[in-house]
Amino acid sequence: MNESNDIAISVRNLTKMFGAFIAVDHISFDVKRGEIFGFLGANGAGKTTAMRMLCGLSYPTSGDGFVAGCDINTQAEGIKRRIGYMSQKFSLYGDLTVMENLRLFATVYGMSDKKISEVSTDLFKNLEMENMRDTLVKDIPVGWRQKLAFATATIHSPEIVFLDEPTGGVDPITRRRFWELIYKASSDGMTVFVTTHYLDEAEYCNRVSIMVDGRISALDTPQTLKKKYNATTMDEVFRIVAKDAKRGD
Amino acid sequence: MINPRILKALLRKEVALMRRNPIIPKIVLLMPVMVMLVIPLVANLDVKSVNVAVVDNDRSQLSCRVISDMEHSDILTIMSVSGSHNEAMQYVENGTADVLLTIPVNYEKQVSDGDAAIDIEANGVNAIKGMLGARYVSQSVMETLVSWQRENGILIRYPESSVINRYNPTLNFRNYMIPALMVVLLIIICGFLPALNLVSEKESGTIEAMNVTPVSRLTFVLSKLIPFWIIALLVVTVGMIVGRLVYGLAPVGSIGAIYLATILFGLVMSGLGVLIANRSSTMLQSIFVMFAFIMIFQLMSGLFTPIRSMPQWAQYFTYAIPPRYFIEIIRSVYLKGTTIIELWQQYAALAGFATAILLLAALTYKKQS
Amino acid sequence: MPTLISLIKKESLHIVRDKRTMLITLLMPLVLLLLFGFAISTEVNDVRIVAVVDRHTDTTREILEKFSANDYFTFQGLVSADDVETLLRTGKTDVALLLRNQNGPLEYQIVVDASNTTSAKAMTGYIEAVLNSGRAAAAPAVLTHTLYNPQMKSAYNFVPGIMGMIFILICAIMTSVSIVREKETGTMDLLLVSPIKPRTIILGKLVPYFLLSCIILAVMLLIAYTVLGLPFSTGVVNVVFISLLYIVLSLSIGLLVSTIVNTQLTALIVSAVAFMLPVIMLSGMIFPIDNMPVVLQWVSCIIPARWYIEAMRKLMIQQLDIEFVFQEIAILLSMTTVLLTLSVKKFSSAQ
Repeated sequence: MNESNDIAISVRNLTKMFGAFIAVDHISFDVKRGEIFGFLGANGAGKTTAMRMLCGLSYPTSGDGFVAGCDINTQAEGIKRRIGYMSQKFSLYGDLTVMENLRLFATVYGMSDKKISEVSTDLFKNLEMENMRDTLVKDIPVGWRQKLAFATATIHSPEIVFLDEPTGGVDPITRRRFWELIYKASSDGMTVFVTTHYLDEAEYCNRVSIMVDGRISALDTPQTLKKKYNATTMDEVFRIVAKDAKRGD
Repeated sequence: MINPRILKALLRKEVALMRRNPIIPKIVLLMPVMVMLVIPLVANLDVKSVNVAVVDNDRSQLSCRVISDMEHSDILTIMSVSGSHNEAMQYVENGTADVLLTIPVNYEKQVSDGDAAIDIEANGVNAIKGMLGARYVSQSVMETLVSWQRENGILIRYPESSVINRYNPTLNFRNYMIPALMVVLLIIICGFLPALNLVSEKESGTIEAMNVTPVSRLTFVLSKLIPFWIIALLVVTVGMIVGRLVYGLAPVGSIGAIYLATILFGLVMSGLGVLIANRSSTMLQSIFVMFAFIMIFQLMSGLFTPIRSMPQWAQYFTYAIPPRYFIEIIRSVYLKGTTIIELWQQYAALAGFATAILLLAALTYKKQS
Repeated sequence: MPTLISLIKKESLHIVRDKRTMLITLLMPLVLLLLFGFAISTEVNDVRIVAVVDRHTDTTREILEKFSANDYFTFQGLVSADDVETLLRTGKTDVALLLRNQNGPLEYQIVVDASNTTSAKAMTGYIEAVLNSGRAAAAPAVLTHTLYNPQMKSAYNFVPGIMGMIFILICAIMTSVSIVREKETGTMDLLLVSPIKPRTIILGKLVPYFLLSCIILAVMLLIAYTVLGLPFSTGVVNVVFISLLYIVLSLSIGLLVSTIVNTQLTALIVSAVAFMLPVIMLSGMIFPIDNMPVVLQWVSCIIPARWYIEAMRKLMIQQLDIEFVFQEIAILLSMTTVLLTLSVKKFSSAQ
């Protein structure tokens, strides 16, 4: 097992079964520190299940792995202190204001009140959300909510941030802005692990893996993959790799 | 295990969410008021009016006196006096008469001879009314008989007896129900709301966001329970105020004793709510499971019917029912002024249940599936 | 037709898969009937009594002897007059009998814990009966019988009440919540935009719950007529007929709620606050209606359970013929018609 300093995530033969159904089937990969790692696959391919295991939300059926230096089988709570997570389902409290949500999660991650007010001031400025501080989250537009969810997931500067379909249901311009946030976080040294089924987004990642029916069928930089499959876009790559998929739509 | 800063932040969130919920504040404030205002008027097992159908086969002075004495009582109303049992039965069958009194032929003469029997038949469709109604009628008949016998020199003097009704001298059933209603409110509010609260976080997905943070299970579960202490205290306070203002009933014992028991019991009920929510995946499921608990709690805790009237096996079973202890405490303190020290066993039992349920709730709460 | 059958199948699967809820809906009526039948009683059958005697005489000994020998009493012994208050306050005894003969002739004083007024009345009644039992006056003069419900078993009386409550619970709450959940998750929209007629969707929702209620009705009647020993007669046909009517009525209430509210939480609270509480409190199930203030008696008239329970009492307990419940049937029938029309209209216009 490679635990050297420049590896953020490392898994070997990670498997999750629900009854007889193998949701994730012996996957192995490494993610380097500071990398933007794209996790591609059709709906039902097992992306979310795999990610939930990495975040300590779900017990692996078998296999080993280390996330931010913690064992995923035994140190789930240790992982949770070192990561941020933004789920596919919007999961901020709709009846709390923007600031209340931020403060809640920042406190839970152990930040002091002073640190929270410093960070949040910068954050609102960067997100251009200063006027929304005291608005209830359920009343702000969807695109802003997504940015807020990202900000909440990264407010405590985690080593790794996990983003599960962060741009689902958002228009292309907002998606573009969102990716700017991801780049910014990455340039600050944060490792970004992102699942998506927008294949154009795959181009923005340093490396991508493509999951088909619970297995990783391809893993490399977008350029190498395109060359290997003799394709011009990631979309084509995906179509070739996933053509035998039995699950998903 | 418990980080006070995180707990405080979580509590602030719970309070803000509750305040902004469109229904919950209304329930917490209006339901106690409504229940305390309406139910004491309804929850009345006292029988204040009993309708009697009389079959008078004697038509003597004594039988007329029996009937007229009944007519003069506040409770009894004579619906009909007839000569045939069948005719009187019709009043019972269509529900206009609760008790049927048959005075036999030659009754007056038999009484003089010391060998007489009068027949009382109670309509058992409503068991309590039938039972009490029959008792009122028989009491009235007895009184008539005693004074009639005395006037005619048949009866000798006997010792005077007097009854002192302690703790509820006016025998007002309401005084017995009002403390119990607060228990009903606490069972419903502190049982259902935490369960609904947690399951709705599950359904909306916000619980996932919490589970992926390093917050400890005990801290999180406490943040779900503590708000209901406050709500429980609020409910009991509203209940006591309405009880005092509307029904003139104030606790005889110390309010502190009531609050202490309320905190312990609030913890038991809300802990149970969280426990059930932990094991439920949908709101309907959590509600039905909770509903089953609540039904059994209300029926078997001595709330409406005395525990000591139950068969032995059922009495043993009630020891496992937390509200049993709370009801004993709240009724004793409210009506009799019993102290915490005198009730230490009940307090200890509640504290034991509270600790056990809190631990179970924390242990069954899973951050990882 | 095939669409309807597939909808019914889908909904039935949904009900059956939620094993815990299913178990509770089937077990709860059973448990309630058995508890009411065998555990719960208002009868006072064990009075704990202590005695205070100023000066022992043959008469006082004889009196205490009578209490020790009587099955209804647990004689806890002699205590000093000063302890009576504490014993009563801590609930260690129910009654203290003071036999006063210090100054002159014997006098009885009965000090009773009257916090529960019903029990207190019964207890003083028993004690007076024991004290008077030696007297020539009126001992055998009064014979009391109970009609219809000979052992005064409250189980009989509660069977109609429990049925009235259970059907509201299952039909109204389960249907409204299950429809509203589909609204919340958006699957209802899918159905509504499809070419399926609203009528079919409604039937697809209601039929499974109707069937479930029928199973529960069968279970409850079985228990009532066997274990609880309710006398069986051909009148059961009428009981079933009116119960089915009441089930349809409850289903329409559930449907109506689902057209008005948008979240499961509200559906639950509306059903619980607007239906469960009134059914338990105002239908005459536990507390007699004629003891209520007049205004609440009027309110109770609009509660369907009141009429159902009344009809069931007449049919099951009094064993009367169906012509005695025509009024109740007419009221239930018109309530059903109004509610069903209203809810179907609202549901169909919602799309």
